[in-house]
Amino acid sequence: MTLATATSRPGKARSEHPWSGKQPDHGVWFLVLPALIPILVLSVGPLLYGISLAFTDSQAGRTQPTEWIGTLNFQDLLHDTLFWDSFRIGLLWAIGVTLPQFLLALGLALLLNQNLRFRWLARAIAIIPWAMPEVVVGIMWRLVYNPDAGILNETIRDLGLGDGRDWLTGLATALPAVIVVGIWAGMPQTTVALLAGLQNTPHELHEAAALDGAGAWRRFRTVAWPALKPVALAITALNFIWNFNSFALVYVLTNGGPGGRTRLPMLFAYEEAFRYGQFGYAAAMGCVMVAVISVMLAFYLVGRLKGGEGQ
Amino acid sequence: MTTPRTSRSGRAGQYVALLCYLVFLAFPFLWLISTAFKPPRELGSLHPTWIPDDPTLDNFRQAFDEQPLLRAAGNSLIAALSAALIAVVIATPMAYVMARNRNKLSAAATGWVVVSQAFPFVLVIIPLFLILKNLHLINTLSGLIMVYVVWSLPFALWMLGGYVRAVPRELEEAASVDGAGRLRTLVSVTAPLLAPGIVATALFAFITAWNEFFFALVLLKTPQTQTLPVVLTHFLGAEGVADLGPLAAAAFLATIPSLVIFAIIQKRITGGMLTGAVKS
Repeated sequence: MTLATATSRPGKARSEHPWSGKQPDHGVWFLVLPALIPILVLSVGPLLYGISLAFTDSQAGRTQPTEWIGTLNFQDLLHDTLFWDSFRIGLLWAIGVTLPQFLLALGLALLLNQNLRFRWLARAIAIIPWAMPEVVVGIMWRLVYNPDAGILNETIRDLGLGDGRDWLTGLATALPAVIVVGIWAGMPQTTVALLAGLQNTPHELHEAAALDGAGAWRRFRTVAWPALKPVALAITALNFIWNFNSFALVYVLTNGGPGGRTRLPMLFAYEEAFRYGQFGYAAAMGCVMVAVISVMLAFYLVGRLKGGEGQ
Repeated sequence: MTTPRTSRSGRAGQYVALLCYLVFLAFPFLWLISTAFKPPRELGSLHPTWIPDDPTLDNFRQAFDEQPLLRAAGNSLIAALSAALIAVVIATPMAYVMARNRNKLSAAATGWVVVSQAFPFVLVIIPLFLILKNLHLINTLSGLIMVYVVWSLPFALWMLGGYVRAVPRELEEAASVDGAGRLRTLVSVTAPLLAPGIVATALFAFITAWNEFFFALVLLKTPQTQTLPVVLTHFLGAEGVADLGPLAAAAFLATIPSLVIFAIIQKRITGGMLTGAVKS
C-alpha cells in the first residue's frame, strides 16, 4: 500500500509541476515546520482557548478554579446595554471611516494616476500616515484639536467662524472628530490599493475610450471601474474589519469618552478584561464581534476570488 | 505614457483637488513638528502660529527628563528587531512552500492568514496573557517578542508569497535539469533572488512591531520593560491634561525611525502588499 502511493505520487505531481517529477514537492514539507509550530501554539491554540473562555467564569486573580458556565456570559451580554452601545458606536465608526475614506482615496488614486506635476511629492506625503505609530497619530490630532493651542480652532477663529470648540470632549463632536482621524490614518493603504487596481487596466483602453469621445465619467465607469471593482470590494471589507477592531487610535484620542460616546467594542472589551479582570465575559464579547466580522470577511473573500479570475 | 487629453480647466481642477489632499494629509504632521519646537509661552498663546517665533529644543530635553524615553526606545528596538528577524527566518521557507505547492496544507495556511487578520485581538490576547503568565513571561520583552513574531507572520507570509511567485519557476527547473537537488536549488538559485523581498518584509515587520501598542499595553506593566508607544501615552497624564511641548517632541522622535525606513522601502512594500492582497 505504501509502495503504491509512493510510486503513484510523483507521476501525479509531474503533470502539475513539470520539474517536480524528479524531486517531489512534498519532499520539502519540513520547511513549513519552523512557522507552523509557533502558529499552532501561539495563534490557533490561543484562539480556540479564547473561544472556550467565553463559556467559563474565568477572572483575573481568582483563587478558586474556573468553571464552565455554558452560555451565561452570552445571556448577560444580551442585556448589557453598555456593550450594545459600544457595538453600535463600533459600527458607526467602522462605516463612518470606511466609506468616506474609500471615496476620498479613490479620488486621490485617480489624481495620482494622472500625469500631474508634483505627483511624486503627493505620493510621498500621502504615505506618511501609514508609517506613523497609531499612538503618535492620536497624539498629533490631539494637538490639532486642542481647544486653545490647536490649529483647527485657530483656523476657525481666523476665518471669523466663531471661537471653535473642544472637539474631543464635546458629546456631539467627539465621534465625528475621531472618525476624521480614522479616515486620515487609513488613507495611504486604501489609496495604494486602488492605485494598483487602476494601473492594472491597460492604458490603451483609456486612450481608445478617449478617442471615441467618452468623457471622464464614462471612461471611469466603463474602463477603470470594472477592473477596480474586485480590489475596491476587498479593500473596503478589510478596512471595515480593521476599523471595527481598532483600539490604539481612539484609546489615545478620547479613551472612549466623553461619557462613552467613542467607546469602541475593543476599548470596552479591554476594560472588562484588564481593568475589571472579567476574562470570560470579555472573551464572549470577542466572540460576538467575530460574528459581525465574519460577514465582512465573506465579502472580502468573494472580492478576492473575483480579483483572481480577472488577472 | 500619455494620459488622455484633459481640458485646461479640468487640469486646473485636478491641481486644486491635489492641493486639498496635500493640505489634509500633511498639515497635522507639520503641526506636530511646529508644536515640538515651540517654547511654553507660544504654546499658551491664544493665537498659535505655524512657525515658532522663538524655536527651542527645550521640549526635547524636557521630554527625556520626564519619561525614560531612551530606555523605551531601546526596548522597542530590541522587540521590533528580534520579532522581525525571527518572523522572516521562519516565514520564508513556509511562504516558499505555500506559493509553490497547491495542497490542503497551503490552502489551510492561506485561510489562516486571512482569518487571523480579522479576529479581534481581545479574543487572542486574553489566552495569550494567561499562557504567558503561567510561563512567567508577562512583563518581559521575550514574551512580547513571541507575540509579535506570531502576529507578524500572516503579513510576512503574504508579502513573501508575492515575492516567491515573482521568481520564475523556469529558473528553478533549469537548475534541477542541471542536476541540483531541491534544497540546493532553493539555497543557490531562489534565495538570492528573494533576498530583496526578504529584506523589505523584515523592515516592514520591524515598523509594525515598532509602532504596535495594544499587545505592549497589556503585556508590559513596568516602566523598565515598556516600549516607546506605551511610554508616550504616559505624557498624556491621568486626566488627559498634557504638557503639549514635550508630548509633541517625544511623539515626533518616535516617528522618525519608521518614516526613514518607510521612505527607503516604500515601493517594495506597496508592491509586495498588493500582489499579496489582490492576487494569489
